[in-house]
Amino acid sequence: MKVAIIDYGMGNLHSVLKSVQVVSDSGTEVFLTSDPDRVVKADKVVFPGQGAMPDCMRELRAHGLAEAVLETTRSKPFFGICVGAQLLFEHSAEGDTAGLGIFPGNVLRFGHDLHDAHGERLKVPHMGWNRVFQTRPHPLFAGIEDGERFYFVHSYHFAPDDSALSLAQSEYPERFSCIVGRNNIFATQFHTEKSHRAGLQMMKNFLAWDGCV
Amino acid sequence: MLAKRIIPCLDVNAGRVVKGVNFLGLRDAGDPIEIAKRYNDQGADELTFLDITASSDERDLILHVIEAVADQVFIPLTVGGGVRKVDDIRRLLNAGADKVGINTAAITNPDLVREAAERFGCQAIVVAVDAKAVNADNSRWEIFTHGGRRATGIDAVEWAVKMADYGAGEILLTSMDRDGTKAGFNLALTRAVADAVSVPVIASGGVGNLQHLVDGVTQGKADAVLAASIFHFGEYTVRQAKEAMREAGIEVRL
Repeated sequence: MKVAIIDYGMGNLHSVLKSVQVVSDSGTEVFLTSDPDRVVKADKVVFPGQGAMPDCMRELRAHGLAEAVLETTRSKPFFGICVGAQLLFEHSAEGDTAGLGIFPGNVLRFGHDLHDAHGERLKVPHMGWNRVFQTRPHPLFAGIEDGERFYFVHSYHFAPDDSALSLAQSEYPERFSCIVGRNNIFATQFHTEKSHRAGLQMMKNFLAWDGCV
Repeated sequence: MLAKRIIPCLDVNAGRVVKGVNFLGLRDAGDPIEIAKRYNDQGADELTFLDITASSDERDLILHVIEAVADQVFIPLTVGGGVRKVDDIRRLLNAGADKVGINTAAITNPDLVREAAERFGCQAIVVAVDAKAVNADNSRWEIFTHGGRRATGIDAVEWAVKMADYGAGEILLTSMDRDGTKAGFNLALTRAVADAVSVPVIASGGVGNLQHLVDGVTQGKADAVLAASIFHFGEYTVRQAKEAMREAGIEVRL
């Protein structure tokens, strides 16, 4: 099995690569690539992203990878991470950026002057370990407790128009969608590669997944 | 709810973890990769590496340390110490760091923070603020450099606000008048900075027991607490620290 991690020049993907390799078996080849041809020929695709969405979108197009992403989301098990998940939506408020439009909905900024239920101020970026509440069953949740903590770092979050796309939610302080998916596509706002055992378990589930729900 | 973070800090000199013993000097405390794995297994939320290597020909050793840790430890890694220019940050991020701490260079060249945040994203840039009280009633604090020996005349709270405006995604605030004392954080300073800035604040400097960690969050309003010696000397595990915080009603990841 070939697993392509799409590298479009936005930051270091060493941890993403290692986190997939550490849960893969000897018959699995995991590689970073910016070659659209290698992406579409892979069996599974991981689509990471960090930094600002306008830069990510620009670099994705500059590397000629936008078409490859669109094509693989139509057929292969596909895992988007952080900005790689946000890019699947139609539009982001970050730099008024058009996304790939695979999912209807927008990427919005957390509000200013947020407070929790006890009146404590909440900072932005939303940075740290927060609970992920599963709202729909999914094969990638195998072995992961409902409410498990994952590592987040972001100031913008996606808001799908169709609630059926939302697979899990977190709270900051309002509930927001933190995993979206449809058929063969699964995408998280948090960083599986920085989420210790739970993140590795989710990636392991992805490697075992046939893309059907 | 978002958990408050506990961050063990490892001082690294020429590729080895060291610890100061009663200010008498540095003692070898072991292999950074082994220590990082131990803290990871204990449930550390992140790890911070402070490179204190003095000689320039040994400075690249930290890159190898980070590469090796990043291969095996899947939690966020911050590296600070000796960061002077954008290329230093790029090399640390490429080695596997998720965040890079900028300290003295932010004072001599604040635009470095802006440039780095634009290049690598705010989430990757931590500005370290070393501050201590400059009046008797502990209500005004200034930035100090050179291990707390040199005053800069810069107000610590105003500086932290400015650094967040320049693009720091987080402030690592060290109470220099407490560092190494085991007397607890300077809570008034921590509270003043945490209230003033819009980004998360990590409290550091002075932790001697688990109650100090609790106080940093409940009174200092820190989003994360950093400690070195209480973990290095085996007095407490990270797990024990988290249990103490949970007992005090603080959300932690256990």
